[in-house]
Amino acid sequence: MNIPNDYFYSKSHEWIKFLDDTTALIGITDFAQSELGDIVFVNLPEVEDTIEVEDSFADVESVKAVSDIYSPVAGTVSKINEELFDSPELINESPYDAWLIEVSDITEKDDLLTAEEYEAFLSEEA
Amino acid sequence: MRRNADLIFTMSKPGRRCADLPPMDVPETTLSDRFQRKEALPLPEIAEVDLLRHYMELSRRANGVDNLFYPLGSCTMKYNPRINEDLAALPGFTDIHPLQPEHTVKGALEVLHLLETYLCEVTGMDKITLQPAAGAHGEWTGLNLIKAYHAHNQDFARTKILVPDSAHGTNPASAAMAGFDIVSVPSNPDGSVDTNALRELADEQTAGLMLTNPNTLGLFEKNIVELAEIVHEAGGLLYYDGANFNAIMGLVRPGDMGFDIIHLNLHKTFSTPHGGGGPGSGPVGCKEFLAAFLPAPVVTEKDGDIVFDDDRPESIGKVKAFYGNFLVCVKALSYILNLGGDGLKNASEMAVLNANYMMEKLKSMYTLPYAGPCMHEFVLSAEQLKKETTVSALDVAKGLLDYGIHPPTIYFPLIVHEALMIEPTETESKETLDEAIAALSEIYQTAKENPAFLHEAPISTVIRRVDEVGAARNPVLKYDHR
Repeated sequence: MNIPNDYFYSKSHEWIKFLDDTTALIGITDFAQSELGDIVFVNLPEVEDTIEVEDSFADVESVKAVSDIYSPVAGTVSKINEELFDSPELINESPYDAWLIEVSDITEKDDLLTAEEYEAFLSEEA
Repeated sequence: MRRNADLIFTMSKPGRRCADLPPMDVPETTLSDRFQRKEALPLPEIAEVDLLRHYMELSRRANGVDNLFYPLGSCTMKYNPRINEDLAALPGFTDIHPLQPEHTVKGALEVLHLLETYLCEVTGMDKITLQPAAGAHGEWTGLNLIKAYHAHNQDFARTKILVPDSAHGTNPASAAMAGFDIVSVPSNPDGSVDTNALRELADEQTAGLMLTNPNTLGLFEKNIVELAEIVHEAGGLLYYDGANFNAIMGLVRPGDMGFDIIHLNLHKTFSTPHGGGGPGSGPVGCKEFLAAFLPAPVVTEKDGDIVFDDDRPESIGKVKAFYGNFLVCVKALSYILNLGGDGLKNASEMAVLNANYMMEKLKSMYTLPYAGPCMHEFVLSAEQLKKETTVSALDVAKGLLDYGIHPPTIYFPLIVHEALMIEPTETESKETLDEAIAALSEIYQTAKENPAFLHEAPISTVIRRVDEVGAARNPVLKYDHR
């Protein structure tokens, strides 16, 4: 299972990559995409939406199920990855490049896991 | 002849007809240019015999409860007795019009009234509307009753609907459609609702709790009375999702468990056709204190006569044209009258017995993540099997098609990984159940010995594995005649 070191993780299988102290990209982990299977549709928030910690800000749909995606931070949506609307399969192909949203003005963070901690969490869950 | 299964458009030959129209015997008139079609409609031109063969061939390829065992969990694909069809086809029912004067359709009103009376009796409710056209429509209607009730009390802070995490997906969806915020209530390790979590979540913003009992794991919520008390003490109402009502007819009544509102699925529990053979019907019942809010008109008894009552100032309004799917109501009434009270009870007991029999026979192979005894259905997991053999719940389901058995529901409920949700229903014989058990046992052995075979399944169907991902990403929704 691919778990890059320079990302942080949540227990609900989102990854977060900080661009600076208050800006970050959020996506879903390799584990999450492999559990979901082929993703066929992605629903994203709008730019300038504000989100709170643990808010469901997006959902992804596979042939199995629709899953909510939860935010590990509070802040404002500054960009959305519009490419995913036409090519949701990018999440399956390259989960750590296929970011969903960029969040700016981050004011609060959930307890984030390091790559090592997330790996340990996954092996506990299995 | 494979040609019979081609798309009907590709079978078309110019000039072929099923019937010749008689010569026109009225004067011809011409529409203004604006309304005239500029090119002919690309309707298929085909002879009657080819048309018949085409649809016969398609019907042979379809899997339904009429030609095979259909244990599709959560859907209650029970057998639809033919007498229901006979009665619903009586001209007295088929040749009436919803706009006919009321005094000429008293028989139809009596059917509606009688069905309402029996449904109230079996659910423990006081009043029922037959308008909603299906389950989720019933949920939405019931939620609007909740909304109307709180609005009537000037209690506008109640914006939240509590929904257990094991609930049917339609519950949060219907609540959202009705304008509520959804709060998810976690489950205990045994699959029941976590009462402590519910106690913390229920507050002055709680409009109600939606609950399915037996729940989506096929387990009876033993703490139901306590759950009802918690919600009622917080000022919320209790909504019963009747999707699983087939387990409890004549045994226990939602009204007695503390529920205020209920919907039923006549196309599940009361043996009316399901899906393509529908339409459905999702009656909503409630306790007396909510009756004023029910959709208008209601059928009511007045001076020994059965009449429509349209004078309902507090009603949430109509939720469907006319009076709901009337002929479906006729079929449900036929079912109830044929079985009688004891028969309904026996149907539920047999549904539960059949499910427990299959569960006991299968749990040594596929894992049973939430221990039984179950009610009318049970949920197995292929997670362990997948880890050991790479054969997934999807592969098992596809494998069953090669045994002439409709697959169970898979990947639902979401709290069970690699879920296989099996609901045999009451009308299946022990021989049929044994055949299905044998098929699932053989598939289990094949998974261990030759998993690649199951990745390829089904091998005996006309269409092998469908490309679900391709269909979802690039749906082709119509024939392009150009």
